[in-house]
Amino acid sequence: MKYKDFEQALGRLEQIVGELEKGELPLEQSMKLFEEGMELSRFCGTKLDEAERRVEVLLRGSEGDLDAQPFDPSEGEQE
Amino acid sequence: MSQREFGFLKQRLVHSVTDAVRGVRERVESAYRDVWIRGEIVDLRRPRSGHVYFALKDDSARLRAVCFRLQARYLKIRPADGLEVLARGSMTVYAPQGDVQFVVQHMEPLGHGAQQLAFEELKNRLAKEGLFDPAAKQPLPMLPRRIGVITSPTGAAVRDILNVLERRNDLVSILIYPAKVQGTGAAETLIRGIRVFGRRGDVDVIVISRGGGSSEDLSAFNDERLARAIFASRIPVISAVGHETDFTICDFVSDFRAPTPSAAAETVAAARAELHQRVDQLTRRAVQACHLVLHRKRSRLARLAASRSFIDAETRLRYFLQRLDELQGRLAKCPEAFGRPRREKIADLTRRLREAPKRHLADLRLTVAGRSRELQAFSPLAVLERGYSIVSTGDGTIVRSAQQVAPGGRFHVRVRRGDFEGERLRNEGQQTTRSKRRSGKQEP
Repeated sequence: MKYKDFEQALGRLEQIVGELEKGELPLEQSMKLFEEGMELSRFCGTKLDEAERRVEVLLRGSEGDLDAQPFDPSEGEQE
Repeated sequence: MSQREFGFLKQRLVHSVTDAVRGVRERVESAYRDVWIRGEIVDLRRPRSGHVYFALKDDSARLRAVCFRLQARYLKIRPADGLEVLARGSMTVYAPQGDVQFVVQHMEPLGHGAQQLAFEELKNRLAKEGLFDPAAKQPLPMLPRRIGVITSPTGAAVRDILNVLERRNDLVSILIYPAKVQGTGAAETLIRGIRVFGRRGDVDVIVISRGGGSSEDLSAFNDERLARAIFASRIPVISAVGHETDFTICDFVSDFRAPTPSAAAETVAAARAELHQRVDQLTRRAVQACHLVLHRKRSRLARLAASRSFIDAETRLRYFLQRLDELQGRLAKCPEAFGRPRREKIADLTRRLREAPKRHLADLRLTVAGRSRELQAFSPLAVLERGYSIVSTGDGTIVRSAQQVAPGGRFHVRVRRGDFEGERLRNEGQQTTRSKRRSGKQEP
């Protein structure tokens, strides 16, 4: 199952844990849910760790369109 | 001096300078006790005393003014050169210099009254239209990857936001839309910022903020078109514009309001550590829940296997089979009156009756075998099957750390087939152990 969204994945993980804790499911289904849960846990962990911190500012280029450029907070007037 | 000149002098009332000035002062003070004067501030000075000295002027006249320290502290605006104001106070004459002076109690920027009214009117109108409706506000993203910031690029807001993110070590990108926060055309730049981010779609949340100074003119953030642009924005907007007690229209219409740009950054930057914890906790719970499920199934299976009905079923089956044989025998001895078809039917039924329980029992056996296999995988014995050994100390404790067995100490090793005792070498650094084999005991 593909999850593009962290929030979505977390929500589904919560749901799965709830189901497993209720303990009313047959064995095979419990195992399947558990596997899905572990996959989601891995996905969430990756999402939380991946990222980078870029600080940029939109400046008007020579053609008049806006471009994201690195931002230096110590610089003076940008635009 | 002639007689005539002397007489003239005697009839004139001659004042001292002090008296003259005092007289003028009294008249000025009574005539201009509490007045409003409108003019432009010039020559502003703020000496250490805390008193503010300046002048009010218009096209053809100039008036010295002062605002003493006590009143100056409570002024709602920060007086500055060039500012057109409405000032309220009393006139007097400053004797030592002989100057007329205006002692100011209160000041407001020109048009303030009208401005207030317009603000109230707009606020009520937009509220009626539902632009401030809490139900219309969008939730903030849990894990934003990029924050769009609309503010002055040279203002303190940007620095504050960056500092907060630095401190929290948050891995989130920022994209700044440089805008004018006050003056002509400011509202237009703010609106363009909202629209540009909306078109680009590459930020998860927008923070719109003033530059940072406390005496800024925030009227751009009360612009009606800006309010509508924010309301229409599909990207959530956080407003960090208003001062502690002053709210602007922008603050009302945004999806979230923060008192300062730093507070906005704190809100937006995902509490990454907290989310990590939450995921870890959920994972733990899932594992625990699964163990519990397995445990329960295992117990239930054990119970069933040991139950009377299971055992009884086998016994009963045998009994039925025996009965069937018996009946079949009697049937064979029966008179031909039953006729062939019936007999065949009875034989057929008998056969099916024999097969059914057998099949059922076979199914049960398969299921049990299947479950047992599954359970086996979790059994510690399966570990041994794979070639690992279980090491324990004299009292049966499983050894997980080398420190549990002192040099010279004894340990017990259980392998797939058999077990034996061992003694740890006294020499340091030795990895292998010498062991004495006991009589080979077969393990189940």
